[in-house]
Amino acid sequence: MKVEESLMGRTTRKQLRRPKGSTRPKGAAGLRDSPRVLVLVATRKGAWLFHGDSTRRRWRVDGPHFLGHIVNHLVLDPRDTRTLLAAAKTGHLGPTVFRSTDLGRTWKEAVRPPAFPKAAAGEKGRVVDHTFWLTPCHANEPDAWYAGTSPQGLFRSDDGGSRWEPLPGLNDDAQYRAWMGGEQDGTPDGPKLHSVIVDPRDPAHLYVAMSSGGVHESTNGGRTWAPLVQGLEVVEDLDPANLRFHDPHCVRICPSDPDRLYQQNHCGIYRLDRPAKEWTRIGRKMPKRVGDIGFPLVVHPREANTAWVFPMDGTTVWPRTSPDGAPAVYVTRNAGASWRRLDSGLPERQAWWTVKRQAMSADAADPTGLYFGTTSGELWMSRDEGNRWDCVARNLPEIYAVEAAEVR
Amino acid sequence: MKVLIPGPLLSYTAVREVDATGRTLAELLADLDRRYPGLRFRLIDEQGNMRPHMRCFINGQQVLDTTRTLQPDEAIQFVQALSGG
Repeated sequence: MKVEESLMGRTTRKQLRRPKGSTRPKGAAGLRDSPRVLVLVATRKGAWLFHGDSTRRRWRVDGPHFLGHIVNHLVLDPRDTRTLLAAAKTGHLGPTVFRSTDLGRTWKEAVRPPAFPKAAAGEKGRVVDHTFWLTPCHANEPDAWYAGTSPQGLFRSDDGGSRWEPLPGLNDDAQYRAWMGGEQDGTPDGPKLHSVIVDPRDPAHLYVAMSSGGVHESTNGGRTWAPLVQGLEVVEDLDPANLRFHDPHCVRICPSDPDRLYQQNHCGIYRLDRPAKEWTRIGRKMPKRVGDIGFPLVVHPREANTAWVFPMDGTTVWPRTSPDGAPAVYVTRNAGASWRRLDSGLPERQAWWTVKRQAMSADAADPTGLYFGTTSGELWMSRDEGNRWDCVARNLPEIYAVEAAEVR
Repeated sequence: MKVLIPGPLLSYTAVREVDATGRTLAELLADLDRRYPGLRFRLIDEQGNMRPHMRCFINGQQVLDTTRTLQPDEAIQFVQALSGG
């Protein structure tokens, strides 16, 4: 196996210890007003914050936070660049949400975490197993957040993540409940509502995706929903007309063109240009040997024709590893007409990890930095839009989510 | 009455044994949550059921029903079963 040089050198115990004293990285001296990248890493055993300097070459590690907790998502509020929300639980304790307003120095637990309403007597109510996805609401709605849960549920907080209310227009709709299916219809660790997307032009225009249950759109702030699955394929022999069989893995909206959506699905990579309603399978142009199955998808912050995916082995019994043990990112620069392999710096063989749907992200710098976390606990980054990859950290727990954010 | 708290919840109570009151187990859990906000939801789900791997023992007997009435001298213990990796 090719040995990779880490940006930090070998990740040592000292580097993974919670830092003391100054909170500003050495490389940022004199650049106090320059935006810096903060990479938020959520894992099966806690969360870590990687503070980058202005060059994104040096990283200060802050963590673990919530050691031993399963952290499914850790997100920075872009409206204040100080507030963090963490969706956490342990293997035994119930799910909760933690909030920090000082970039993780202190945390406070939600007063009312996402929870389904108590069922009427004699009826079986639903129980939130974990909060899976966090999305800040529109820029004009400060302190408002959406959360997606497992099993599928959509929740909203208007007080910065402390008190969460269910959105009955989706959670309690009989048709939607049927499309969500039962416990046996979801992913191996539970069915999920994810990819909660707010149109940057309209706070009431929302998209969500459900694994399983399909992609859906609301134009009234979540009061009512309509499916958006035309053109999407489902597993062979199943009926695509039944939304229960649809499994979107990750949906993204293009910041530079909010009418364009990309999707990594259980059955391929797709693009949708609104107001059209039919998805186009753009993954057909991926190399046949690699295929177009995977979990994450990342869009470019300024170029709507550019998106990256991380394919995995979705053949036979679905190993969910890098195809042939040779991990690679693929990029399209032309909205899916063609794809190019980006693997410089990544292991060439015998690397059997993969990247989960929330574990790949892009920063807003120029050139764009890309980041992904692996199921084997490695954090990788590229400062040049994927042309060259470097390992930032090794030996972390299994990485569930990676979010690159900008702080000042 | 005295309530024994499992180790994973010491971030809420700081001590293993705490005081709480209630005529039923449900009321006792509500009182615990008033004293230690957030604790109840990590033990009990939104439908009022004990979470998987969580157990409540009263006088050494496992109790699942949160409507179970309590006597002031009863010993209450919450235990987290260890499992998984």
